[in-house]
Amino acid sequence: MSIVLKAEGLTKEFKGFVAVNKVDLEVEKGTIHALIGPNGAGKTTFFNLLTKFLQPTAGRITYQERDITGMSPAGIAQLGMVRSFQISAVFSDLTVLENVRIALQRKRGESFDFWRSEKILSRFDDDAHGYIEDVGLGEFINHRAGELSYGRKRALEIATTLALDPGMLLLDEPMAGMAQQDVERISALIRRIAKNRTVLMVEHNLSVVADLSDRITVLARGEVLAEGDYAAISRSPAVIEAYIGTGDE
Amino acid sequence: MAVAENETLQDVIYPKEVGMPLLHKAIFLVLLSFLIVLPFMVYPVFAMKVMCFALFAAAFNLLLGFGGLLSFGHAAYFGGASYVAAHAAKVWGFTPELSVLAGTLSATVLGLVIGSLSIRRQGIYFAMVTLAFAQMVYFFALQAEFTGGEDGIQSVPRGDLFGVIPLQGNIALYFFVLVITFGGILCLYRIVHSPFGQVLKAIRDNEPRAISLGYQVNRYKLMVFTLSAGFAGLAGATKAQVFQLASLTDVHWSMSGEVVLMTLLGGMGTIFGPLVGAAMIVTMQNYLATFGAWVTIIQGVIFVLGVLLFREGVVGLLSRLLKRRL
Repeated sequence: MSIVLKAEGLTKEFKGFVAVNKVDLEVEKGTIHALIGPNGAGKTTFFNLLTKFLQPTAGRITYQERDITGMSPAGIAQLGMVRSFQISAVFSDLTVLENVRIALQRKRGESFDFWRSEKILSRFDDDAHGYIEDVGLGEFINHRAGELSYGRKRALEIATTLALDPGMLLLDEPMAGMAQQDVERISALIRRIAKNRTVLMVEHNLSVVADLSDRITVLARGEVLAEGDYAAISRSPAVIEAYIGTGDE
Repeated sequence: MAVAENETLQDVIYPKEVGMPLLHKAIFLVLLSFLIVLPFMVYPVFAMKVMCFALFAAAFNLLLGFGGLLSFGHAAYFGGASYVAAHAAKVWGFTPELSVLAGTLSATVLGLVIGSLSIRRQGIYFAMVTLAFAQMVYFFALQAEFTGGEDGIQSVPRGDLFGVIPLQGNIALYFFVLVITFGGILCLYRIVHSPFGQVLKAIRDNEPRAISLGYQVNRYKLMVFTLSAGFAGLAGATKAQVFQLASLTDVHWSMSGEVVLMTLLGGMGTIFGPLVGAAMIVTMQNYLATFGAWVTIIQGVIFVLGVLLFREGVVGLLSRLLKRRL
């Protein structure tokens, strides 16, 4: 199996506090890889390092054997590595259709043509409809995104991300703040989109990723505590201690 | 998530229309017809002043309402362009259209330079940096040789359009100004409704998300800043032709504040809001002029009431009630 995303000795210090300490991570192509850990384990910091929203203090990141350590966050997105956000990230004043079109528009390259009519964007409408139907938002296509319910916003966010047709998805707590029925729906969706893609997801709860992920990395206090499949992780004494010790699970 | 979920939220559904919606076409047509007969009903210079400020506010709204960037130094482009246009017409003997063009180009270049330095900062810091640069432009206008210091550049000739059509009369000049400002506002409308405008609105709504979709947001911000400065310059250069004057008032920081006021009162992020806001403020200043210094106080009270009663501005409120983008 080939490694798509690789982090070597990734470190982030904030004024003397080491949030992420020499973390190594290898994500295999075509798998769902989960990154879990208790509160304050450095998951989100590590995630922001991988997606270039933070610049690492030390270490190296490679995506498809290309060094991306010094790249901009927009740059890695253009390579096909797209992240989601913990809070739902939609463009609230645009309609559902316009939201998805923003992603499809990327295929044209940058959109600096301010003199053209937006009519030329209607050629993306059919594709956009497809992605929107896919996540069950077909009847909301002309609704203002800001007024959708929380679950629908998350669905729209996924449709927008998929419209970019990314090779790798990085999901930041995709189930955060969701009702049980939504969790199952999103899980099914993630499983489906992972068929021909690589997914790295950050989660707080071990149970959520149990039957979803192929491989799990547990972070605690900025370091890798354990790595393996769910069976191995759930039996690891270090992991049990980290979670119970902090009163999380 | 489930589609069966109850419709508890009041959903806003925008009708899907390709190109300019009929409603907008109708409003623009009514507005144009009104503006054609306006100079025969009111004092043309007053009407021209309203139109120049409407264009200025619309240019500012491109940056604030659609780009999400609050500049507190837009007087620099408005006033800077009026100085350049006035100087070009008076000293270099440029024809009106060329002096307006010279003013606009200078504001565009100024916007490109100041913009590239300001967009590195966000929020209040961005506003402060733009203000600081605008103050530098103000002191330049106060101290430089050609700007005439406290006096400004006075008795600027109105000249002949293309060197043949005389614009000395108020009615002739009025239609020159009408073409420029109405054309400018239509251009701004197109920018907002272009592929570029779509990305711009996305960045305004959620910048990190736009980055994660692969957009180099700073380039878009610089582009919109430059465009906004250019159109503000177009308004300022035209105003110099109307009043035959470029003065310190146009580059003063209070002018930057006034355009914020117009935009917010009318409704930022709406197409027609800035036009309404500009008309309201200019009309007020005109008809309340007899109250002297009280105008500022009345203006302040109206602004406070506006913010308290309808935060989204007059047109913003209408847009919400009608559930249509206006």
